[in-house]
Amino acid sequence: MSMNPVGRPTRPEVAATNDSVHPTLTGGRGLLQDEPLIFELGGWDKTGVDLPEAGGDTSVLGDLVRAEPIGLPGLSEPEAMRHYVRLSQKNHAIDLALYPLGSCTMKHNPRLNEKAARYPGFSDIHPLQPQSTVQGALELMDRLAHWLKTLTGMPAVALSPKAGAHGELCGLLAIRAAHEAKVAREGGARRTTVLTPTSAHGTNPATAAFVGYQVQEIAQTADGRVDLADLEAKLGPHVAAIMVTNPNTCGLFERDILEIARLTHAVGAYFYCDGANFNAIVGRVRPGDLGVDAMHINLHKTFSTPHGGGGPGAGPVVLSQALAPFAPVPWVVHGADGLQLLEQPEGEAADAFGRMCAFHGQMGMFVRAYAYMLSHGADGLRQAAEDAVLNANYVKARLSDVMTAAFPDGPCMHEALFDDRWLEGTGVTTLDFAKAMIDEGFHPMTMYFPLVVHGAMLIEPTETEPKHELDRFTDTLRVLAEAAKAGEVERFKGAPYHAPLRRLDETAAARKPRLRWTPPPAHAIAAE
Amino acid sequence: MRYLPLTPEDRRDMLGVIGAPSVDALFADVPTAARLPGPVDLPRHQGELEVERELLTLAARNRVAGQYPFFCGAGAYRHHVPATVDHLIQRSEFLTSYTPYQPEISQGTLQVLFEFQTQVAALTGMEVANASLYEGSTAAAEAVMMASRITRRNKAVLSPGLHPHYAETVQTLAHAVGMEIERLPLAIDAEAEVVSHIGPDTACVVVQTPNLFGAATDVTAIGEAARAAGALLIVVVTEAVSFGLLKSPGAMGADIVAAEGQSIGNGLNFGGPYVGLFAFREKFVRQAPGRLAGETVDADGRRGFVLTLSTREQHIRRDKATSNICTNSGLCALAFNIHMSLLGETGLRRLAALNHQQARKLKATLDAVPGVQVLTPRFFNEMAVRLPAPAAEVVETLAGNGVLAGVPVSRLDPKAGMDDVLLVAATETTRDADIEILGRALTRVLSP
Repeated sequence: MSMNPVGRPTRPEVAATNDSVHPTLTGGRGLLQDEPLIFELGGWDKTGVDLPEAGGDTSVLGDLVRAEPIGLPGLSEPEAMRHYVRLSQKNHAIDLALYPLGSCTMKHNPRLNEKAARYPGFSDIHPLQPQSTVQGALELMDRLAHWLKTLTGMPAVALSPKAGAHGELCGLLAIRAAHEAKVAREGGARRTTVLTPTSAHGTNPATAAFVGYQVQEIAQTADGRVDLADLEAKLGPHVAAIMVTNPNTCGLFERDILEIARLTHAVGAYFYCDGANFNAIVGRVRPGDLGVDAMHINLHKTFSTPHGGGGPGAGPVVLSQALAPFAPVPWVVHGADGLQLLEQPEGEAADAFGRMCAFHGQMGMFVRAYAYMLSHGADGLRQAAEDAVLNANYVKARLSDVMTAAFPDGPCMHEALFDDRWLEGTGVTTLDFAKAMIDEGFHPMTMYFPLVVHGAMLIEPTETEPKHELDRFTDTLRVLAEAAKAGEVERFKGAPYHAPLRRLDETAAARKPRLRWTPPPAHAIAAE
Repeated sequence: MRYLPLTPEDRRDMLGVIGAPSVDALFADVPTAARLPGPVDLPRHQGELEVERELLTLAARNRVAGQYPFFCGAGAYRHHVPATVDHLIQRSEFLTSYTPYQPEISQGTLQVLFEFQTQVAALTGMEVANASLYEGSTAAAEAVMMASRITRRNKAVLSPGLHPHYAETVQTLAHAVGMEIERLPLAIDAEAEVVSHIGPDTACVVVQTPNLFGAATDVTAIGEAARAAGALLIVVVTEAVSFGLLKSPGAMGADIVAAEGQSIGNGLNFGGPYVGLFAFREKFVRQAPGRLAGETVDADGRRGFVLTLSTREQHIRRDKATSNICTNSGLCALAFNIHMSLLGETGLRRLAALNHQQARKLKATLDAVPGVQVLTPRFFNEMAVRLPAPAAEVVETLAGNGVLAGVPVSRLDPKAGMDDVLLVAATETTRDADIEILGRALTRVLSP
């Protein structure tokens, strides 16, 4: 081990890989504390909330009263604070460093949005208060709708879907309702099929199948776009819709998008656009101008509402004139006494296909997204899209000589896609490479997606990364790439060495699932 | 623009590295006809101060629940959330992380989900729970789809006390997948009616307890009848605090539980975001929707957690997935997990008892109002009352007098023939004085 003049090791990997050689007494490592489950912290009689004892008369409930122990430990407030702060420190986060997950748009989450969402006038109002008492909330929904419609060039929007996949479901249900209405009006056969490219997000075929459609894949051209000839061959009167992501999951704009829309409409099918990648074009291109009939917008991607470790999201769906009448309730409409929620499929909303969820959608996310839109303005959103695309192209340019770009010709949009040809013969896989990035403090890119590219690495930096961070990132990846090619296999195979945990055994987890804590015998006795 | 770090100089340098003459060149693949020449017709960017002013103006036009005597429930409940919860969920590492796909650097979220699953399983009295769904009504719809997959049957019976928004959400999804839904007309305390509608093609019965009208039901016999016919019992719960006082769905033989978790850790937020609780028998796990966190070990043998059994999910199984769900309700599940950890069993039981106590006081006060009749026999913290006038009008009048009196059933189901029925809820946030004010206001409004 090489040492510096004061006797400290100069090679950090030597110091850090030997956790198993020199385990600490506590299981922690410096600032990183080991932290048991709440169920192991004791506290079966403890509570961190001071509540008065209520009068115990439960006679009205008879034998419906819960007699048996529930099995929930409690923590005092200081214990709870430590428990969760310690856990938080084991997470990567966009506030900490680059989080270049392709197709996920991990951008900065402005705290003004958090502040506004917590104004009691938004956070402490009930969804079923009299509508006269929530005019400000309805106004916010109406203005958000106006922004979404203007930015997409679409005439209508359904706000209630809870996330992107829920929005897809909403869009396909509107499409299905439109087809059903036409069959009821004019007769004809039921449409059975949804076409989607092989590069599609998993949610696309999952949603189409869920709604009862057969899913047929459209081939991709060598330059990563929808194969028009294949699309044309597969289109027909049996096709209900196509689901195309644009920019697509290879990070490319579908050059033939207008022709795709024309061909689709020519057979009476609808064009569903997966809007997960709207961040690349917001303010520069309106999906309505591309012939799109329905598109969900992930407010948690393009409009910066935080991902929160996996939600909540929000997935409003913009709709074309043809689909607008079928939008699910509730609708926000302008009535005689101000804004009004139409909550039943009747009157103006008589053709609504139904309801996606209880109440009116993710109001907390609406406030955040609207605050983001107001902050950016029309000019800032356009600039954001441009910077997102610029950043991705910069990453692509800085890495293309050491890694293999999947589609080297021409610019990419907001994400740069690499394949694993450059790793051939190194003994290092895409996964290994990604895990070595963890050691360097970066979250890995999206891996093995899209499926059309072997060993895919999809990098989406977003517009909120400064140039120096991109330089640091690409410099690091360049060194790692050279190391992989130079045969430093262990650096990758064993990675991560520096993360809170080493590689986890996912096979064992799936083979014998342990999905909840169960008390060891001693605890079981204590709990009784 | 404060959220954009690139300077004009950066942009110029970067274009140089890329070898593109301008940013426009990067958008070359966009058809010329579809390129917007300049910003769309919306206002330009604004500073924090201006944005705050606009949003505060909008917020000021809403009547804040906490500033009035407040009795709304019907699937969303106003509870006190400890300050610790909101502080912790705003930790950058929780707030600004993604779905934990890289377990080595997501142990915070994964351990939280494992704890959450354990808490939800304990509360519902079930063997296993998932890492959350969007909210209660979509959880109920997912439960119906799951029952159909398990039983390979195509029909569901919805109980007469199921929240109409839940019933409509189930119907919408069921229509999409070609399932048949028998939705029994709203009735205040008639859950047992579902039994006579169970047939050989019934996949499940869906029973809410406490139901829309606040009525708690022992569903044990319904579950037995369902299983005798090869169907499953799905129990829906919209008020999670009730788990602290009422017999658990698991103890009453539920096969799947779909619940709204908003009451623990999450504010009203005008209806969302909330958190769907989803629990079930372990043998059904491979038919379950949504994420599951599971325990495992790392390469050094240390305990850790991962997302597991993902072969059920859309990103692996695509058109064969059990559900299309991807993003769920992670941060709301964290809020639930923290609040529940603070409460513990002791706190939850006290909280539930307080809710029930305030509801009993509310009933006593309403009973004393001439012409008003409490209709719910076994209530937890909510009840239906019959008024001698249309409930929607009474609520509107009382709102004008500074009392948010509850939810008229007609708002949820205008065709139920229950225009004179009002749903009122009390929680630990309801003061005795609020209840007295409601009683007096009702007396005044209803007096001829």
